[in-house]
Amino acid sequence: MGLDIRTPIGLMFGIFGVLLTGYGLATNGSPIYERSLGNNINLEWGVVLLLFGGVMLWLGRVKRAGPRSS
Amino acid sequence: MPHGIELGGIDYVILVVYFLFVLGIGVALRRQTKTSEDFFLSGRSIPAWIAGLAFLSANLGAQEMIGMAASGAKYGIATSHFYWVGAIPAMVFVGVFMMPFYYGSRARSVPEYLKLRFDEKTRTFNAVSFATMTVFSSGISMYALAKLLELLLGWDFNFSLWVSALIVLVYIYLGGLTSAIYNEVLQFFLIVLGFAPLVYLGLRDVGGWDGLVAKLDVVATANGYAPGAWSHSWANMGSASANPMGVEWFGMAMGLGFVLSFGYWCTDFLVVQRAMAAHSMAAARRTPLIAAVPKMLFPFLIIVPGMIAIGLTYAGSDFALPKMADGSWNYTMVIPQMLAHYFPPGILGLGLTALMASFMSGMAGNVTAFNTVWTYDIYQSHIKKDATDAHLLWVGRMTTVFGILASVGTAYLATQFNNIMDFLQLVFAFVNAPLFATFLLGMFWRRATGHAAFFGLVLGTAAAALHHGLTLPAGAPVGIKGGWLMAPPLHAYSSEMAQNFWTAIWAFCVCFVATIAISFLTRQQKTHADLVGLVYSLTARPREEHLAWWKTPEGLGALVLALAIALNVVFW
Repeated sequence: MGLDIRTPIGLMFGIFGVLLTGYGLATNGSPIYERSLGNNINLEWGVVLLLFGGVMLWLGRVKRAGPRSS
Repeated sequence: MPHGIELGGIDYVILVVYFLFVLGIGVALRRQTKTSEDFFLSGRSIPAWIAGLAFLSANLGAQEMIGMAASGAKYGIATSHFYWVGAIPAMVFVGVFMMPFYYGSRARSVPEYLKLRFDEKTRTFNAVSFATMTVFSSGISMYALAKLLELLLGWDFNFSLWVSALIVLVYIYLGGLTSAIYNEVLQFFLIVLGFAPLVYLGLRDVGGWDGLVAKLDVVATANGYAPGAWSHSWANMGSASANPMGVEWFGMAMGLGFVLSFGYWCTDFLVVQRAMAAHSMAAARRTPLIAAVPKMLFPFLIIVPGMIAIGLTYAGSDFALPKMADGSWNYTMVIPQMLAHYFPPGILGLGLTALMASFMSGMAGNVTAFNTVWTYDIYQSHIKKDATDAHLLWVGRMTTVFGILASVGTAYLATQFNNIMDFLQLVFAFVNAPLFATFLLGMFWRRATGHAAFFGLVLGTAAAALHHGLTLPAGAPVGIKGGWLMAPPLHAYSSEMAQNFWTAIWAFCVCFVATIAISFLTRQQKTHADLVGLVYSLTARPREEHLAWWKTPEGLGALVLALAIALNVVFW
């Protein structure tokens, strides 16, 4: 297959990660986080999504050179 | 009524980014879709892990998400029987024992396997009922999505319906099954990563697992059950009256664990199609086994939120489930209500996108399966037998348009006649209940004949209808719930679920016995040569000696089963 699905997945979650982290930083300390029990959940989860997106992008690059897993 | 959710700009941005990626995948795959095999079977080129996640995701429609969370609130951890007793053993069975025949026969669909193994009429019976069912389920799913968005966000029903239909249409039209499968993998990760923070926040609010169990004890005693009825999966299954499901252990293990689950996971083309698209026999056999690993963890993602919601509601926290007009809890609002309660703008967009993703993956699963069955099993075999491949590809694309329009039509029908939908789902349940008996005998008993398979199915379906007509769940009105053949009914079940399980058990047994009996009375039309690759005793075992033991389907299957047993024991 010409398209490695890990690349678009990595890109999409990377973008989500940037959006949530950025929004979390901009709204840090805002009363909207009373809902999430005082956690800045946007910042925390944004970082998780960034990491996940990064791993997917990295896997997509590494595996492309290697043999097809069966 | 729940509080409406106000979306912020950031939430819309996330939703739009998701739509762009979904459509982009379809566009990127467009050029690779040249033959009908590319369109309907991804050119049999998909690696096992992708097929596996798609296998899982295609079944993970929003009705599953909303419904399982609702059951988590209504019945507690026992809902996980649908996974740890139901899905997992069936997924192991289809991977280890049945996939060699599905994949090895080169059948392009499940009905086509029936044609190769039995005859044309058995295939057509299965193809027509399956095709109709997929259109209706995708329509009902779209209806549910549009209704939910109307309720939560105040979006126009028609707008939500047409926009979601159009997006699914575009990406399947362009890239066929590959596009659906790739998007299902994307949707799988989105569903996991969108709902995980909800479970995290919910568990923190309820006081961790111990806090949850303590609060569920209150729920159990308030409803007249022993404490623990919501937090133990087997301990209260000794009798039907001791657990909120109203089911005893035998009906659970036999009805759900054996007949219904094996019937669904082993014969439903919607999921089997994903494995058929895998690039090799080894990959096809591993597809359901790989899917089983995340599948058995899904209760923590979608059932636990329901348990948290009901626990908090009874504890008088500031989270409470809404009530229906008749005063009962509106369990279907668990997920939407929790999204609204715990998620601030930003992550709310992610959670909502995950919900949309689950609707789309379920719908795309139905549409791609419908396409294939219509084109290969109905069009090519009855309407235009000498169709060229290019023509079939064109028919497939047109069928995508037609199938989605028909689903939209069904969604509108559902707004007008809810009873018709209930009635149709009941009929499909009757048709599906005996199906596993036919496949089991077809694959493992070479004497089973075509006439026997067909009339066995018809009799099994009739037995399901008969059982339904003669019995009634306690307290239910006569009619769509049963009891329409006899007053008072022959037997009253303690719950609708118990009645469903026993309907399936009867249908399976009647089909099984009838197929054997009729096989002895009729002549086998197929020669041994015809049956090679289709029947266990006439097929060489696939050898996978070059693989490490835990990578072979048998080894992986044993590991998966051991994990499922461990989960049953831990949450006994």
